Amino acid sequence: MKAAAFDYLRPADLGEALALLATHKDDCKILAGGQSLVPAMNFRLARPAILVDINDLNELDYLRADADHLKIGALTRHAAFHRPVVEGPLGTLLAKVVRYIAHYPIRQRGTFAGSLSHADPASEWCLVAATLRAEMLAKSVRGERVIAAGDFFHGTFTTALEPDEVLAEIRLPAMAPDWRVGFYEFSRRAGDFALGMAVAAARVEEGTIREARLGVGGVADRAIRLGTLEDQLVGKPASSALIDGIAREARGMIEPNGDIHASPEYRRDLIATSVKRALTEALA
Amino acid sequence: MPDKRDVTLAVNGKTYAVSVEPRRSLADVLRDDCGLTGTHLGCEHGVCGACTVLVNEKPVRACLMFGVQAEGKTVRTVEGLADGDTLHPLQQAFWENHGLQCGFCTPGFLMLAAGALQENPDMTDDDIKDVLSSNLCRCTGYQNIVKAVRLAAREMRARARI
Amino acid sequence: MNWIGRRLPRLEDPALLKGGGSYVADHAGKAAAVCFVRSPVARGTIVSIEMPSDGTVFTGRDLADVKPIRPILHRPDYVAIGQPVLPVDRVSFCGQAVAVVVADDAALAEDLAEQVFVDIDVADAIVDFDTALAPDAAPVHPEATSNVVVEGRMKTQGLDQAFAEAAEIVALDVRSHRQSAAPMENRGGLAEYDAASGRVTLTASVQMPHMLRTGIADTLGIPESELRVIAPDVGGGFGQKMSLFPEYVVLVWLARKLKRSVAWIEDRRENLLASAHGRDQAFSLRGAFARDGRLLGLEADLRSNIGAFSCYPVTCGVEPLMAFAELPGPYDFAEYGVRSRGVTTNTCMMAPYRGVSRPTLTFSMERMMDVAAKRLGIDAAEIRRRNLIKAFPHRSPTGLVYDEGSYLQAMEVAIEAAGLPAFRARQEAMRERGRYLGVGLSVFSERTGYGTPAYAARGMEIVPGYEIVDCTMDPSGDVVLRIGSSPHGQGLKTSLAQLVSDELGVEPQRIRIISGDTDATPYGWGTFASRSMVIAGGSSKLAAGKVAGKLKTIAATLMETSPDDIELKDGWARVSHSNQAMEIGTLARAAYHQSHRFKGLLPGLHENAVYDPGGTFSNASHIAFVEVDIETGGVRVERFLVAEDAGVLINPMIVDGQITGGVAQGIANALFEEIVYDDTGNLLTASFADYLPPTAAEIPEIEIMHMETVSAESVTKAKGVGEGGAIGAPAAVVNAICDALSPFGIELFELPATPQRIREALRRAGGASYA
Ligand SMILES: Cc1cc2nc3c(=O)[nH]c(=O)nc-3n(C[C@H](O)[C@H](O)[C@H](O)COP(=O)(O)OP(=O)(O)OC[C@H]3O[C@@H](n4cnc5c(N)ncnc54)[C@H](O)[C@@H]3O)c2cc1C
Ligand code: FES
Ligand code: FES
Repeated sequence: MKAAAFDYLRPADLGEALALLATHKDDCKILAGGQSLVPAMNFRLARPAILVDINDLNELDYLRADADHLKIGALTRHAAFHRPVVEGPLGTLLAKVVRYIAHYPIRQRGTFAGSLSHADPASEWCLVAATLRAEMLAKSVRGERVIAAGDFFHGTFTTALEPDEVLAEIRLPAMAPDWRVGFYEFSRRAGDFALGMAVAAARVEEGTIREARLGVGGVADRAIRLGTLEDQLVGKPASSALIDGIAREARGMIEPNGDIHASPEYRRDLIATSVKRALTEALA
Repeated sequence: MPDKRDVTLAVNGKTYAVSVEPRRSLADVLRDDCGLTGTHLGCEHGVCGACTVLVNEKPVRACLMFGVQAEGKTVRTVEGLADGDTLHPLQQAFWENHGLQCGFCTPGFLMLAAGALQENPDMTDDDIKDVLSSNLCRCTGYQNIVKAVRLAAREMRARARI
Repeated sequence: MNWIGRRLPRLEDPALLKGGGSYVADHAGKAAAVCFVRSPVARGTIVSIEMPSDGTVFTGRDLADVKPIRPILHRPDYVAIGQPVLPVDRVSFCGQAVAVVVADDAALAEDLAEQVFVDIDVADAIVDFDTALAPDAAPVHPEATSNVVVEGRMKTQGLDQAFAEAAEIVALDVRSHRQSAAPMENRGGLAEYDAASGRVTLTASVQMPHMLRTGIADTLGIPESELRVIAPDVGGGFGQKMSLFPEYVVLVWLARKLKRSVAWIEDRRENLLASAHGRDQAFSLRGAFARDGRLLGLEADLRSNIGAFSCYPVTCGVEPLMAFAELPGPYDFAEYGVRSRGVTTNTCMMAPYRGVSRPTLTFSMERMMDVAAKRLGIDAAEIRRRNLIKAFPHRSPTGLVYDEGSYLQAMEVAIEAAGLPAFRARQEAMRERGRYLGVGLSVFSERTGYGTPAYAARGMEIVPGYEIVDCTMDPSGDVVLRIGSSPHGQGLKTSLAQLVSDELGVEPQRIRIISGDTDATPYGWGTFASRSMVIAGGSSKLAAGKVAGKLKTIAATLMETSPDDIELKDGWARVSHSNQAMEIGTLARAAYHQSHRFKGLLPGLHENAVYDPGGTFSNASHIAFVEVDIETGGVRVERFLVAEDAGVLINPMIVDGQITGGVAQGIANALFEEIVYDDTGNLLTASFADYLPPTAAEIPEIEIMHMETVSAESVTKAKGVGEGGAIGAPAAVVNAICDALSPFGIELFELPATPQRIREALRRAGGASYA
């Protein structure tokens, strides 16, 4: 299990990296944390001719919070979220979710942006990005563009990114202190990819849900934001009957995939359970 | 064949100048080019943790990094854990508490625990178990590994206070 | 000072802790790298093999002179199948090596292997029991007339009568899915060619170095003297590293052919694909129970999927015949009818994996006891009380003789410690809150440390069993023990040193144990079947005892007393009831340098001994506490108790380590691990992301209690303990799950009890919340 041969390039700054990507396009791949790409290369399932290692691009290693967004630079490692990175519900949610991503040593290297670019259907960060309506800032020598989460994920391991683009920054909408959040994931072992998971967030005023976010992951070819169910939550008082109803609907809305660990039928159960538990936590 | 690269590695406080293909994993470079065979390979896809070493003092999977990437960073392996003939408190605790059987996973567990305790010396027992769930051991059933790390953490805290 | 019974930290550890272990890959550095080209399909005819023009590549045609690996059982029902080291005409399982390449390093070897194109005319693979046993099934191997290649049958006279008299007949179909021993170190070998002598030294990660030498020499047609096999530090084996694999034969062949050193370090994918599997079994049981819960008779149809080939030397009879002989387990009943078949399929070979058949048969018996107890309205412990063996020696319906054990006591001790009344109250209270806790019990026997008679009874052509040990004390009083047994993580060297220390009166640090080198140790059988402590321990004690006898004679001569009055302890030979004493080192020196003074003694201190016991039964009782999440099907093992009787404990710390590790594998067996093939025989679990050994987060603390029945069947008074944990745990865990789910009337008979299987059962039972 040794990787196929490749040429290794290590640009010193973003400009140089973009130029290399523009030159080599499909022949090259960005190497960020390497925690998804390298296993695939060791199995020789991925065999890029050239690797462009972006680990020296310190300019992409940042976390910035402003009034509207938490901005996550491409080199931000999973481990950066072990403690809340911003005050309030968003920081709490990210600190909770990150514990479900792989293992401690893998989180030291794997990056938030790498997870989104890799677009594993069972990636926690992809679920968070899809559910919270993140925006992705892509850069290339041609310029930069902002891609909405809804347009970013195209399916298993495919995104809207062009071969010459770097996902430079992810912008998560800020969450006011009155949002409450919940997350539930079921996996076989600690650190394994989810067989089913859900993120929920809600802003509740005097017992009535004013705004809601709900998404499920690990069950189809990409994370799914459940917009219609969010709408159904809004305006209603939080109750376990409401949550049960939403969970049941979520179960029926998605045509899950099957694999050796979970049949479609079983995944449907996990959708309902994950939604129920994430919502229950958020609305508790 | 793509050319080999000259890479200078700083491992356990020593400098190693090696010439390697970029595709060679850090684990293979350490083992085959630096002769530090204490770092083991159990899966080469990131799950087992037998290859865990410290890079810039953080535990990482050496099978998921290329040797060329370690240029300019410090690397610490199990060979650099003991202080001469004096075992590191983790090594001592593994020994006293039968935290190893075949010993194949042991270097990975030691480096994992060493790195995690460096980041947070005050880990709770639950935190410790959570961190240790990063690596696989097939022999011990984990109980004595968890116990050894908890006791070593206590010992290390006590020494730090003196 | 007595060393036996002390929790002595292991002598093996300091090197391992400092990264100074010496595993085969650590030696492979300068050798050329070998990579095997493996079949991508499970069954088919090799049409052609296209090879790159430059590069060192060999196929089965090049190795035409090498004999197939063809282990023999002398039984009329056994069909011997030959496994070609590299096949010429057909492939029989996905992952089978079909060609071999040699290059400067492992990555280049993989590059080269990718350029070998094997054209295979694909045929329909036989993967599961139903296809393999269908009346019109084409046999996997043309030399067999069906896919049944070994079959044991027996029926006692009174079986029909027992069923006629039964108040309750409990029938169950049990399925254990396939698993891998998955040692953390994969297989690997380094074959070094010595130009001067023409000999090859094979350093390999194996459990049975002498057997490997015999097997390789036989297949290559060379005398054993031309080959030396070394087992260095071995990173776990659990049975997987017992057998002779084609890869090792090819390595030695390559070293001789190319006159250079070659190394193959297996990767995880290959290990899961093509080393060996186990536990792929389907058992159908019918138990005839009396109204009072007594088991009157048992009828069983046992099928074991042995894969494509027969493992050498123990053969594919190992699982089916173990199941045949040992199904009755710890229970006392007379009437037994059994048919046990080994079935070939186009899958990876079955070989021993810790426990061999007994995890599945214990699971079957213990599930049956629980089901019977429920049907008859008897408590789960009570039905076992009424059926467990109580008088010794006990003779089982298959003729096995059980030595003294503590079947009933071990169970009572475990139950006492479990605090069941309090648990039942908590279980009740939690159920009200929608949380499902359960407790499960298992009781079993573990036949350990058996010598040649047991293997001969199976009809094995190669009959393992005994161990030879050479014990030498040098002139300074230090001891070297050369053993044929080959430990791989069990701490055997420490335990043997403790044993020998007590014989010779020198401390363990002065005892060096040499193992795993065919040039330096007597012929032996290696480490498997929970045998090393009993058998290698037995011969070590006997050999050391002889040296001790000699020391005493020397001491008696020098101190003018009788040998009977000499005690060897703490480095001294003391005359009892006096303060006369001599240092053992002085005596040792005298044995070599003043030998003329000791009439009737040969010079020096060098003795050997052989031990070939009949075998002894360990026993244990496990209790698992679980919580089942009925919405996800997830199971958490909360607590796990073991009451174990392994006789006298030489080093209790090491014994506990063996139990804990075994239980963890048993929990894995119960809940996590499963090798999955698709219908075409393609492996779907070729990584640790899909094949799931549990982590520290999934394994609870394991509480261990010991009985220490002293058995006359073991000279060290120790019984084997290597496999018990793995044997008893699956049954206890699944019994606990069924207890947790009893409100839904769910009984599970499949291993592993995965979340999706549990949800499926709940759905069928109408307990699915979103059905
Ligand atoms: C044992 C194990 C368990 C894991 N479990 C989980 C889990 O439970 N949940 C989970 O989410 N992940 C899991 N992962 C994957 C891990 O989180 C990865 O870190 C992550 O998927 C990819 O991030 P990376 O930085 O390592 O990216 P890399 O592996 O370096 O790259 C992944 C892909 O993204 C591309 N890429 C990376 N960065 C950029 C960028 N900035 N712009 C454009 N393209 C880019 C690369 O070219 C490549 O194609 C696991 C990994 C392992 C080894
Ligand atoms: S070898 Fe690196 S994680 Fe297994
Ligand atoms: S001690 Fe053998 S794998 Fe951990």
